[in-house]
Amino acid sequence: MRATSRSRRTVLGALLLCGALTATGCGAKTGDAAGGGKAVAADTSGDTVKVGLLNSLSGTMAISEVTVRDAVKLAIEEINASGGVLGKKIRPVSEDGASDWPTFAEKAQKLIREDRVAATFGCWTSASRKAVKPVFEKNRSLLFYPVQYEGLEQSPYIFYSGATTNQQIVPALDYLKSKGTKSLYLVGSDYVFPRTANKVIKAYAKANGMTVKGEDYAPLGSTEFSTIANKVKAAGADAVFNTLNGDSNVAFFKEYKSAGLTAKAMPVLSVSIAEEEVKSIGPQYLKDQLTAWNYYQTTETAANTAFVEAYKAKYGKAKPTSDPMEAAYTSVYLWKEMVEKAKSFDPEKVRAAADGTAFEAPEGTVTVDGENQHLAKTARIGRIGADGLIDEVWNSGEPIEPDPFLKGYDWASGLS
Amino acid sequence: MTLTAPPPPAAPPEPARARRLLPAAGPRRTLAAFALGAVLLFAVAPLALTDFRLGLLAKYLCTAIVAVGVCLAWGRGGLLTLGQGVFFGLGGYAMAMHLKLADAGPGNLPDFMVLYGTTDTLPWWWVPFANPVFALAATVLLPMGVAALLGSLIFRRRVRGAYFALLSQALTAAFAIWLVGQQATTGGTNGLTDIQGFFGYALDDPANQRMVYFVIALVLLALIALARQLIHSRYGELLVAVRDSEERVRFLGYDPARVKLVVYVVAAGMAGLAGALFVPAVGIISPALIGIVPSIELVIGAAVGGRASLLGAVLGALAVAWAKTALSEEFPAAWTYFQGLLFVVVVAFLPGGLASLARTVRARLARRRTGADEDGAEQKEAAV
Repeated sequence: MRATSRSRRTVLGALLLCGALTATGCGAKTGDAAGGGKAVAADTSGDTVKVGLLNSLSGTMAISEVTVRDAVKLAIEEINASGGVLGKKIRPVSEDGASDWPTFAEKAQKLIREDRVAATFGCWTSASRKAVKPVFEKNRSLLFYPVQYEGLEQSPYIFYSGATTNQQIVPALDYLKSKGTKSLYLVGSDYVFPRTANKVIKAYAKANGMTVKGEDYAPLGSTEFSTIANKVKAAGADAVFNTLNGDSNVAFFKEYKSAGLTAKAMPVLSVSIAEEEVKSIGPQYLKDQLTAWNYYQTTETAANTAFVEAYKAKYGKAKPTSDPMEAAYTSVYLWKEMVEKAKSFDPEKVRAAADGTAFEAPEGTVTVDGENQHLAKTARIGRIGADGLIDEVWNSGEPIEPDPFLKGYDWASGLS
Repeated sequence: MTLTAPPPPAAPPEPARARRLLPAAGPRRTLAAFALGAVLLFAVAPLALTDFRLGLLAKYLCTAIVAVGVCLAWGRGGLLTLGQGVFFGLGGYAMAMHLKLADAGPGNLPDFMVLYGTTDTLPWWWVPFANPVFALAATVLLPMGVAALLGSLIFRRRVRGAYFALLSQALTAAFAIWLVGQQATTGGTNGLTDIQGFFGYALDDPANQRMVYFVIALVLLALIALARQLIHSRYGELLVAVRDSEERVRFLGYDPARVKLVVYVVAAGMAGLAGALFVPAVGIISPALIGIVPSIELVIGAAVGGRASLLGAVLGALAVAWAKTALSEEFPAAWTYFQGLLFVVVVAFLPGGLASLARTVRARLARRRTGADEDGAEQKEAAV
């Protein structure tokens, strides 16, 4: 290659210049007390305040996450109609996480740094929450996470408005035990929630004299369940604990029925099937099976009557309401209460004001625990009806205090 | 601005074979292009973009590094590498494992193992990654080693074309599923996330994020230079010969399997390095980044830009990654359709990618002028 010395010099010069530019920036070391993560102040100029909606609008999770976004939008509309927050109208900025965890992290960053939102509502899967957690922590911005999850987390910048394990899985196991269940079969999707939930279930079973007759995982989105259904049948457990997510449930319950298994002989207790999923699986496959949540469309409170009515008026008569939707709807109101208590949109002040903030939610009264930023919630076991709705068969009577690390349970001491 | 010179406008088009044997653009033009690229990446972008956008550019540059390898392996060598996610993932996980261990401090387990793990001791295959030199070397050598092993098995058996592409896909799917299953030791679907530091520098400091960006940009330029040397070396000519007619190369006494193996291993090393740099830039590596769909996405960029042209592949990868962000911000629910449409249009109407747009148009016009007798030569050229 014949390069003239002049052009070579030009390139060398350009590279040196670049090197010099590069060398100017070398920031904080790890462990520096101050750290470089500066909070970006929310944009509260004018008479609006922006909030972020971060949900999967495309990909496998879209079917569930769009309903959550709709519920958040409904709450924002209601709040704006009654005067907004601190005199400012809420302006939602929606971003698509595309069922892809790194995309969630990118969009969270965009909402905080570019749109300068005061708070963000969203995420469904634990993987997406884990991906955005460092983003919210580094930027010191607030996320309201609306879905029941596997616990073992407590981030100062996340408020968890869904149930943690001791408000859903543990009460469900207590219920099964009270009905005389002696053995369980565990079926779940292959990701962090089912695997962690099953660890909890196995520890509970060991301490309570139950046996676990089998444990199977299917990849997320898998629809091949004939083997698993046959294994469940052969194992002959008293009940099945189902932590499958999304589409897989459709295939699983169809195979379950064709294997000749019934809710009467071997009930399936599911923790990820709400009204929306019942509709898409088909109530005929699910009739009389059990679910564990904190809210059903049929829950009898004055707030719920109003919520269901408003939701159907906005999105159509055929649309059911579900637990994650209700938790998302509630979280917007809780944020409003906290902001008004703090008289500021500053996340640090909002956090400081959080403890004890209560709201008459559709599921009943919920109260924020200021220490772990989860909610005290009432656990409810439901039975799926032929009409696709879920009827409550048992509830905990009063809100259960959140215990994300299961510190109050001796049998869970070895879990984390 | 392609690296293959356009034919002089007045002269009749040369046969494709003769053209390829010539060094492409003049050295001065290449150097000027490099200088321009360096100024854009090192001076213009950091001044013009916000910290957030610069971080995104760093991410795009990582996909561009993969595209350099794809250009070599697919564009030059004819190997449709639909499994680059494996190598990207190996590099990314090697880097992330080291950074997680560094965050945890000596003797401690990474945070996710404390939460979801089953043992109190570090798994044996994590231990060497505590050493930064080992981890850095592994980000490149591990993918290259896997590629060498795999390549030596399949190229000798003359697995090629669609079978090779399918095999790559199966491998990447298997790797992603395996990672998901090993929640206690790989973080499962969550992947390795929440990375605090990069060799002692706090990643939440914008100044350090800029440094990471500069490192990535520098690596990209260096790899483009390396790839260019490779393309214009004797090996580069042999590679194209294997792509166009493997049998003839074999009859000439060369071993096509060895030629393909080299380019496959080089492309794997580049993907590994890209994965390793992706981790500090984005702060996460997870099975969602290395499955079948992301592996295809890594190739789409190169296809859109023009897989046989280095600059085409790199700019294509950057453009596709940028379009993904821009479209998804603008049309949160419909942007995936645009992406699919773009790919279909390019494959159907511009098999040489956007880099061949000018050439294709010129060839069409020339054909209209000169009649049908030069059709063959033109089409061959457009396909390069």
